[in-house]
Amino acid sequence: MACFLVPMTEAIVMTVVQKVVEKKEKKAGVETVTSADGYRMEKLPFSKKIGWLNKLLWGGSALLAFEHLWHGEIVPFFPFLTAASEGPEAVSEMLGEMGTVGVSMAALITVVWLGMLLVTSLMQKKALKAIPAAE
Amino acid sequence: MTLLVSVFAALITTAIWYKRQPDNEMKLGVLCWLFWGASLMWLVDAIFEYAEAGAEYFAPALKDMANDLFLGLSVVALAMIIWLIVLLITDPKGVVKGKLLKKKQ
Repeated sequence: MACFLVPMTEAIVMTVVQKVVEKKEKKAGVETVTSADGYRMEKLPFSKKIGWLNKLLWGGSALLAFEHLWHGEIVPFFPFLTAASEGPEAVSEMLGEMGTVGVSMAALITVVWLGMLLVTSLMQKKALKAIPAAE
Repeated sequence: MTLLVSVFAALITTAIWYKRQPDNEMKLGVLCWLFWGASLMWLVDAIFEYAEAGAEYFAPALKDMANDLFLGLSVVALAMIIWLIVLLITDPKGVVKGKLLKKKQ
């Protein structure tokens, strides 16, 4: 009914967080990591990694919003949510769906993103170890 | 069906994106994020529907399947429009800028 509003809300919050982190990183300068042999590499900024989450959330929300428009669950005029004009029962059903399906969508995307962080961190460590051997 | 179309679109664009690396001139990453984000969200939707309908979820009526396919293709078209807008606005190859601003000798 309007489940995509939950990941969209997360996207709005995380976009603000990304901007704040970006500002802090600019002030702090470029972070580098050093391998065992003293090889220095630029570290991927955390703001960029938050950007991955935002792109997933915004991308998914945009396409799901279209799907909801397709099914007549949202309309391009006030009150925008069809359930809002159908009475309290429909609103309660919509909120229930947002609380279950919507929250699960946001949670799954966040879990996938956390997995991406873990994998990229391991890949980064592996790459740093491989540098002296490759030279 | 919409989930399936979206997943296939995500897989194809990701494969093309990977093949074209490190060249990022076509901004294919935008399409990957759009399709993967939507696929994950529709996966959750599908799980909830499966929990409700059971095995019947995998045997939809022909009319519903056609409608879902039509929706899936429309979603792909919308995603490609978003990607094209991003590509033309960011203009990594400077094609649009080149057309708008002519160099004077």
